[in-house]
Amino acid sequence: MKRAGFDTLSLPVLLLLPQLVIIAVFFYWPTIVALQSSFYLQDPFGFGSTFVGLQNYADLFSSREYRKIAWFTVTFSILVTFFSLAIALVLAVKADKVLRGAKTYRTLLMWVYAVAPPVAGFIAVIMFNQSWGPLTEFFGLFGHTYMVGVNFNDTAFAMILASVWKQVPVNFIFFLSGLQSIPRSVREAAMIDNRSATSRFWDVTFPLLAPTGFFLLIINITYSLFDTFGIVDTVVKGEPGNNPMTLVYKVYVDGFRGNDLGGSSAQSVILMVLVLALTIFQFRLIERRIHYT
Amino acid sequence: MRKVKLSAVIDHGVLILGSLFMMLPLLMLLQMTTIPDTEIIRTGPSLTVGDQFDDNFNKAMFEASGFSGENTGLSMLKNSFILGIGFAVGKIVIGMMAAYAIVYFRLRFATFAFWLIFTTLLLPLEVRILPSYEVVQWLGMLNTYQGLIIPLIASATATFFFRQFFRSVPEELVEAARIDGAGPVKFFIDILVPLSRTMIAAMFIIMFVYGWNQYLWPTMITTDEDMYTLVRGIKQIVQVLEGAVVPEFGRSNVLALIAVIPPVLVVVFFQSWFVKGLTESDK
Repeated sequence: MKRAGFDTLSLPVLLLLPQLVIIAVFFYWPTIVALQSSFYLQDPFGFGSTFVGLQNYADLFSSREYRKIAWFTVTFSILVTFFSLAIALVLAVKADKVLRGAKTYRTLLMWVYAVAPPVAGFIAVIMFNQSWGPLTEFFGLFGHTYMVGVNFNDTAFAMILASVWKQVPVNFIFFLSGLQSIPRSVREAAMIDNRSATSRFWDVTFPLLAPTGFFLLIINITYSLFDTFGIVDTVVKGEPGNNPMTLVYKVYVDGFRGNDLGGSSAQSVILMVLVLALTIFQFRLIERRIHYT
Repeated sequence: MRKVKLSAVIDHGVLILGSLFMMLPLLMLLQMTTIPDTEIIRTGPSLTVGDQFDDNFNKAMFEASGFSGENTGLSMLKNSFILGIGFAVGKIVIGMMAAYAIVYFRLRFATFAFWLIFTTLLLPLEVRILPSYEVVQWLGMLNTYQGLIIPLIASATATFFFRQFFRSVPEELVEAARIDGAGPVKFFIDILVPLSRTMIAAMFIIMFVYGWNQYLWPTMITTDEDMYTLVRGIKQIVQVLEGAVVPEFGRSNVLALIAVIPPVLVVVFFQSWFVKGLTESDK
């Protein structure tokens, strides 16, 4: 709030009203409903519901299927986060270094940011087409018959590949802007002290990039958990079956298709807790970061 | 001298490989829009450019498909633009207004409003997707543009972004405006909005792309085929390809391409604004 602010009362209330109404109706209300219905068991035909306490949660934690999906989601998130960060970091370091064509490389490496996740999934489905997909043929060279939608690992790999492809640009943009904000004087001092480019990278550049890296780590985990929905849905072609799926996809399948409102709400609440923990962790990092630079 | 050259070759090699990794999938899609369906079924994508693009394009854009027969590429393109632009404009207008109220007014409940608004940053729409659907259903907004756009606006990213920016605007500006007799409305419209032009542009690009690329929410909220956006239509495309005797690859590839082109053009042409908005809004 500014020192020399205005004193009118009605105007700021009017200005805040649209935002407050929208979040009340479409944020707080649904969130409360989700919390509440996670303690109830809904009749599948829509005739009322009974309070069951923590039963929905207990059912989830004892369900083998849920544990399997949770485990897959963790593995999936770690792999997507690791590879998209690693590839982006290498590309950003190189793009920061070259002089010729720097702008062209930057454009070529960042445009995929604008591709929607389901389109990325669609492209993966084409590339892994059973009879003529280029990547299916590539794996065929090694004697592996690639089958998306049938073989669990094959499907998972296609999902991970599409998710990494889609996420590299965001990380690239942030790493590049982080690299470019390292002061010239620091770089030049490092150049004088140390002739080896490799050790210069690990001793000087990498620690200076660490705050950006931590920040991106959270962004990428959130991406793998939520934004990959479109990729998962297109790669499994809307047929979950025995295919790998993420926790968010499970919420959708159980709640929207299976009409298991209580169970689906309990899953939503678990995800809420998860994302809340991540966000709080992220805010604390940002606070720390101010002292960093 | 030789050593320098070698490292430059490696640098460019890595960057070219990275660019190919990014570009090849799109180039493949592009090639596949130029050949007839029968050829795709036989050989899949190849390196030769065919002459069927016009044919595929017309089929995708103007010929109706789906059960109701109202689902043309053109109508999906229209809906995508409405979602992208409506979402971006709505978010910016509402966010700027709220941020202005929070930063520039002495309000007793300002801190409370602030926390109410910023709590929304903690939870994405995906974790409350089903109750949100029920609320929209209860309000009778299924298959409407309002139902599609407004729930997506219920988060404070733009408000947060503009609050940060307004706080960096020098204090002297309000003081000078007040001395000159400008009221809060005049100050906002004549001074603050023009001052925020770059920020608005940056935010618009990010929000447009975000809105255009929405998938889960439109999938749930729109069941009428004439309400589909291009990105939501991808789901239908994949399912149709599975079931058909002669899958219409030409049509679906053109639609996927059109779903990608507008946001990509926006990001590429307004690159510096986009990068600025992205790296500054998420901090």
